[in-house]
Amino acid sequence: MAEVLVVVEATREFGVKKVTLELLTLAREIGTPSAVVLGGAGAADALGEKLGEYGAQKIYAAEGDDIDGYLVAPKATVLAELVKRVQPAAVLLASSQEGKEIATRLAVKLDNGILTDVVGLAPDGTATQVAFAGSTIVKSTVTRGLPLVTLRPNSVQPAPAPATPSVERLDVQLGDADKLARVVDRVAEQKGTRPELTEASIVVSGGRGVGNADNFKLVEELADLLGGAVGASRAAVDSGFYPHQFQVGQTGKTVSPQLYVALGISGAIQHRAGMQTSKTIVAVNKDAEAPIFELADFGVVGDLFKVVPQAADEVRKRK
Amino acid sequence: MNIVVLVKQVPDSGAERNLRSDDNTVDRGSANNVINEMDEYAIEEALRIKEAHGAEVTILTMGPDRAAESIRKALSMGPDKAVHVLDDALHGSCAVTTSKVLAAALATLNADLVICGAESTDGRVQVMPHMLAERLGIAALTGARKLTVDGSTLTVERQTEEGYEVVSAATPAIVSVWDTINEPRYPSFKGIMAAKKKPVQTLSLADLGVAPTEVGFDGATSAVLEHTKRPPRSGGQKITDEGEGGVKLVEFLASEKFV
Ligand SMILES: Cc1cc2nc3c(=O)[nH]c(=O)nc-3n(C[C@H](O)[C@H](O)[C@H](O)COP(=O)(O)OP(=O)(O)OC[C@H]3O[C@@H](n4cnc5c(N)ncnc54)[C@H](O)[C@@H]3O)c2cc1C
Ligand SMILES: Nc1ncnc2c1ncn2[C@@H]1O[C@H](COP(=O)(O)O)[C@@H](O)[C@H]1O
Repeated sequence: MAEVLVVVEATREFGVKKVTLELLTLAREIGTPSAVVLGGAGAADALGEKLGEYGAQKIYAAEGDDIDGYLVAPKATVLAELVKRVQPAAVLLASSQEGKEIATRLAVKLDNGILTDVVGLAPDGTATQVAFAGSTIVKSTVTRGLPLVTLRPNSVQPAPAPATPSVERLDVQLGDADKLARVVDRVAEQKGTRPELTEASIVVSGGRGVGNADNFKLVEELADLLGGAVGASRAAVDSGFYPHQFQVGQTGKTVSPQLYVALGISGAIQHRAGMQTSKTIVAVNKDAEAPIFELADFGVVGDLFKVVPQAADEVRKRK
Repeated sequence: MNIVVLVKQVPDSGAERNLRSDDNTVDRGSANNVINEMDEYAIEEALRIKEAHGAEVTILTMGPDRAAESIRKALSMGPDKAVHVLDDALHGSCAVTTSKVLAAALATLNADLVICGAESTDGRVQVMPHMLAERLGIAALTGARKLTVDGSTLTVERQTEEGYEVVSAATPAIVSVWDTINEPRYPSFKGIMAAKKKPVQTLSLADLGVAPTEVGFDGATSAVLEHTKRPPRSGGQKITDEGEGGVKLVEFLASEKFV
């Protein structure tokens, strides 16, 4: 079976990201998965075990400051060389900012079609995408070149399939054009122990109804009790209640968790755009007419300052 | 400094949007069309640089006839002139071919700095800046929440999943911006009047030296096979809190095995 290249994403804190495990799982249905690690020195050694556990038969590694010290162009160049050499059946990346950026450069380099924000991919290359705030389902395909696809996190259930991958170091030949955008500084912000928003199985979000930044503690408390991530509506972000990187919606993150809890969020179409494909939706809102109830599997019409603390107590009791 | 701002016209994200049933493209005929929201932030950022350092600001749009409305609206905020790439053969173009056309247009404009939105709301694909950078051989600084111009050096701060990055490049370069970067101005009455007289140059594919077969459905690198409306989610159970709302909520979560 032909190789399927999976471009690995990892964080320093948690290692291989869940979406990469989803990609390896998906790749096994199309061909033989090979993981491609593009990162700083030592990246492949640190990640190899996990990649093998999810079925990577081979690991290609390109490492070093030249790869890591510039915005994506070097990664795309290395990947393009690899694709030309191994002629894979497909190239799969995460639909993250970086995944999309690498993929788009690859598309131009190879004059190849690209499908982004894919939620499903059949072995024949037919992709499923959701468009327009989750209201439309689209089946699409690359018509020039190989399937080059970025997958939205939480689209596939990752399943282990242990393998012992061999590691091949890639020789990196970069030109000046790859080194135009230099990363001067990377600043890690305190994140605590909460899961990453787009990958979390449970997301608890607060909106304007939460009232102020201090009250967001209520949202955080429920999220922590459920083991979830915290999100926010744009109104909450614009009012300064919570930082922008946690915004869910059309101009924020798209999430697709098992459970989405909306607290004091009205459910505007642009907010729905980012959470509509969640499996189960729960809402608390004091306005019985709020549109969020149209999508909620379970809705409580009530004051969140009464309902949420009581719910938190009840979860604690049951633990 | 010569700044080009990329502006796309999109169907209003606040209204219902559809794909056409005949050729699977975005229905731009029946929708209420507006400037892609993120692009207003790109225009604002260009105008701020102009005000601080001096610059000429040109709007560049590829889109059908009606995109001219969005171009006038963009000009009313303050840019100097606009270029509209307009050609019937462009209908059905994919992102890869769109980038080919925009790159050809940019090549005629000699920009020091290209500013665009981080993503468009109809495709929300975030692909254009890196595609253009790749084609033009210039730097791409994407997802900026802050942009500093110091002579020919550009420095951008951008949000990442772990925190933020500071990235720097020399001009010429393309910068894409998020809606956290500034607060776009409203066009003034004077601006709206002035926009009517600002030059808008129309370029065809022939003007750009791009063959019609390279774009549109013929040149597309991907295709939509079919599309269906997702059945609207139906609301489930709704209760009114009478002192037990929190407990009932957790009972539901427990029944679904979340607790
Ligand atoms: C181009 C564009 C892009 C956008 N992108 C996004 C996006 O990415 N994400 C996003 O979220 N929005 C986005 N928006 C904004 C969106 O249209 C809404 O304005 C926003 O989602 C509203 O946020 P909200 O629900 O928190 O606030 P509101 O609409 O003000 O709703 C607050 C809700 O809280 C309830 N409430 C108040 N007090 C209480 C209480 N004590 N207990 C219980 N309930 C209470 C109220 O009944 C109300 O329903 C975008 C808009 C545009 C035009
Ligand atoms: N047809 C177009 N004409 C002008 N600018 C465009 C066009 N398509 C995309 N852009 C620009 O590229 C940005 C990113 O778009 P996208 O890659 O489609 O998400 C947009 O915010 C626009 O600034």
